[in-house]
Amino acid sequence: MLGQQIAFGILALVMGVSALRVVTAKNVVHAALYLVLVLSGVAGIFILLAAEFLAIVQILVYIGAIVVLFLFGIMLTRAPIGRSNELDNDQRWAGVLVGLGLFGLLAAILYNGFGRTKLPESEVARSGDVGLAIFQTYVIPFEVISVLLLAALVGAVVIARRD
Amino acid sequence: MQFLLLAAFLFCVGVYGVLARKNAVLVLMSIELILNSVNINLVALGAYRGYEEAIIGQVFALFTIAVAAAEVGIGLAIVLLIYRNRADIDLTQVDLMKG
Repeated sequence: MLGQQIAFGILALVMGVSALRVVTAKNVVHAALYLVLVLSGVAGIFILLAAEFLAIVQILVYIGAIVVLFLFGIMLTRAPIGRSNELDNDQRWAGVLVGLGLFGLLAAILYNGFGRTKLPESEVARSGDVGLAIFQTYVIPFEVISVLLLAALVGAVVIARRD
Repeated sequence: MQFLLLAAFLFCVGVYGVLARKNAVLVLMSIELILNSVNINLVALGAYRGYEEAIIGQVFALFTIAVAAAEVGIGLAIVLLIYRNRADIDLTQVDLMKG
């Protein structure tokens, strides 16, 4: 359990700092690369929670596909590649206020509800069990998700094409 | 407990990013932070309950990942359309619907 605590501390530190850099970086490409760090940290958290299949999916889908999409978006919209002071609007202090207030509220609620909850000594979730759950109990949501993904991709092509 | 706190922190950082950024791609990145915090919550709350519930939490986290992929695709298509029409993706300038 001690090893898990240490690993969680390191991951949480890296993720916290990188997440703050994602929303404060002056360079759009740097923000995307800090996002990669946060997403890898989430994959590490999944491994700590004994969800290794999900960790691999996280790396494949998020870092492999979504971050690349973001980099394409940055290039295609010709965002300022160097440092730029034009990335934040004038609501920054209102945003800080909302963020801090929300975090205080959530932390208080979580402390009340889960303050003494400990992670049970769990075995690693076998990928076979995840697959069985998807294709037996949750097969209808799975099919709905695939239709949703298809519709979203067709919609993206229709929206973005030149005519 | 600590996993849920980390997820809450990521969520609040994402909310700050959505409020304070005006580049549309950066707003989409902040939305990704929020979606990831939801995934951590699903997996952690499942793991607190036991093996069966952990599996269910992971299945729903997979669904969320698929929805996030669809959302990024649509979102970037809309951002490209805004860029093509206005040659700029400053969200403070996109105020056609403001009375």
